[in-house]
Amino acid sequence: MVSGKQSVEERSVTRTEARKIIIRPTSGWAALNLRDLWVYRELVYFMTWRDLKVRYKQTALGAAWAILQPFLTMVVFSIFFGNLAGVPSDGVPYPIFSYTALIPWTLFSKALQDASRSLVNSSHMITKVYFPRMILPLASVLAGIVDFLIAFVVLLAMMAFYHVVPTANIWTIPLFLILALITATGVSLWLSALNVLYRDINYVLPFLTQFWMYITPIAYPSSMVPEKWRLLYAVNPMTGVVEGFRWALLGSGEAPGMMTLVSTLVAIVLLVSGMFYFKRMERLFADMV
Amino acid sequence: MSQTAIHVENLGKQYRLGQQVGNYRTLRETLSGRFGAKKAPEEQKALLPESIWALEDVSFDVEQGSVLGVVGRNGAGKSTLLKILSRVTEPTKGLVEVYGRVGSLLEVGTGFHPELTGRENIFLNGAILGMKKTEIEAKFDEIVSFAEVETFIDTPVKRYSSGMYLRLAFAVAAHLEPEILVVDEVLAVGDAEFQRKCLGKMSDVAKEGRTVLFVSHNMSAILRLTQETLVIDKGHLLLRAPTVEAVDFYLSRGLTQEGQRLWQPDEIPAQAAPFKPVAVRLLDKQDHVMEAARCSEPFYLEVEYQLHKAIKGLRVGIYILTSQGEFVFTSFDTDDPEKFEEYSQRTAGTYKSRVEIPPYLLNGGRYVVGVNASSYRIKTYFHDEQALAFNMDVTGAPGTQWPENRLGPVRPKLTWQITQTNGGGE
Repeated sequence: MVSGKQSVEERSVTRTEARKIIIRPTSGWAALNLRDLWVYRELVYFMTWRDLKVRYKQTALGAAWAILQPFLTMVVFSIFFGNLAGVPSDGVPYPIFSYTALIPWTLFSKALQDASRSLVNSSHMITKVYFPRMILPLASVLAGIVDFLIAFVVLLAMMAFYHVVPTANIWTIPLFLILALITATGVSLWLSALNVLYRDINYVLPFLTQFWMYITPIAYPSSMVPEKWRLLYAVNPMTGVVEGFRWALLGSGEAPGMMTLVSTLVAIVLLVSGMFYFKRMERLFADMV
Repeated sequence: MSQTAIHVENLGKQYRLGQQVGNYRTLRETLSGRFGAKKAPEEQKALLPESIWALEDVSFDVEQGSVLGVVGRNGAGKSTLLKILSRVTEPTKGLVEVYGRVGSLLEVGTGFHPELTGRENIFLNGAILGMKKTEIEAKFDEIVSFAEVETFIDTPVKRYSSGMYLRLAFAVAAHLEPEILVVDEVLAVGDAEFQRKCLGKMSDVAKEGRTVLFVSHNMSAILRLTQETLVIDKGHLLLRAPTVEAVDFYLSRGLTQEGQRLWQPDEIPAQAAPFKPVAVRLLDKQDHVMEAARCSEPFYLEVEYQLHKAIKGLRVGIYILTSQGEFVFTSFDTDDPEKFEEYSQRTAGTYKSRVEIPPYLLNGGRYVVGVNASSYRIKTYFHDEQALAFNMDVTGAPGTQWPENRLGPVRPKLTWQITQTNGGGE
């Protein structure tokens, strides 16, 4: 970096590698400084790896939790919604129908749960070392991918059991997974930053997750929603994710169209606004956490 | 011609009172603060946060390759300064220019996870401190052997002894190779052997031409490692001088308030609650505060404090240190087993713990009194290693017929026997 000091002009050669860092007060909306996040990319990996390792070491059932949570929910849904209430499932066996939706949903709700607490739980690190704070919620979200993969294998087994053949569109699953991750990261950035400032988030979160689950087509198909309300319904990005999963795997529901587009746009807005809000609040974390 | 490594200009950091120690707001408070215009005036006044400047108008430059000490009392602003330099927190005003990678050691073992093995923690901690994976791999063996934990490297660190844990934590940090190293008080932990090793490593770092900023209460470490020292008090930079001069200035100024030290509210960290230190005093037999004590007469050290709540297992004690920062001894008010039983719990109230220092114990010279209030293995409520300084007058001490300085911090009155063993010398 070029140095402006007169005394060092001639000899700045020896310091060509030294980065010049300027520390000064900032206010209002700050630049995202994604380059910094890139420099610390290995830390994202290590934090994700730590979250996983610790979880699997500390819990007796380890990886089984990744399966149990969506699986048991699926069982309950199948009994009450599928059998007793007779909720339609677009011609697919109801267990498969709901489980397909529950996997990305579990990824999302778990990400919210872990990420919203990530900053507060790591307060000792935040007050002692500099690193891009965004890494903490990001690692919490990414750690969920492993659970997702395990649960996905169970889905494939269930499909084999019910003789449901995945459609040729199965290759689009990673795209919908990315949409789910974008949504989860966006919401997590908002929640984790808010949680540092207002611990109320701990109490809001269970309600928020429950509420969000009802407005996402998990226990019921989105075809139950009247045609004219569909686009508004798709403002919830998880609708786009769930619909996408069902379309790609089961061939049910609607092919990606306007609804997917709306969901994707909202997800991107959530992510970008979350990043800016996080960045704006970041400077207070060390003093308030 | 040296280059600047750190340039600090009019640096200031303002904290809202109570904010410093993690007083998060609740949504309700913010809402009522924002829409509080309708509130009664006195209530509104209570909502207005009072603020303090933890650091104000601090300017200095550090040349590349120099080792700069920073000293100051608790709450003087040292930690705030280091936090700003290591980008943990933002300044409220001013500017810092840092040339090169900054490694901060505000604590060792940041991010260590008890469930993970030593090996796993080395990688995790290294990454948190800003090391690349390849860098950690290259130094892995060196780190392990420095920490002397070879046989336990695949054991979860929760099974480590505290000594092993510290050694490993320090080892990772010590192998970080930043251009600028910022160190806060990490040497205050661990046993003597460990401290010696850390100090050795620190001076190696300095010899390699890297810039070090070193905060410590340990004056002998400051004297050993640094050439120049900053003295900070109440957020202001009071003096920058060669270390010997700065340490002398620091120990002799502000500490001695005529043999009595009263703690101001801003000097008491919030985590001290419910313990609130009031004063420490040097007293004579008649309860008079005095500035100097005599070797040949007993004197008293008294710590006055308040407890806002009952505390179990509290012990209040003093350290005596030489002006070089070396410990002479430590004593607690419940050292005596009977007292320990009697005061297993102290109820809320105001207390004075007073100790008699017998005659013929300390040598002449200048001493520093440190104060510690803690519950063993539970919590250190308050700790001030430089609470008070006083002089010992050697008048009347053994051996004063020779007006020389005796070596060593103690000057006991010992009984000698002299016998002639060659049969009377005829």
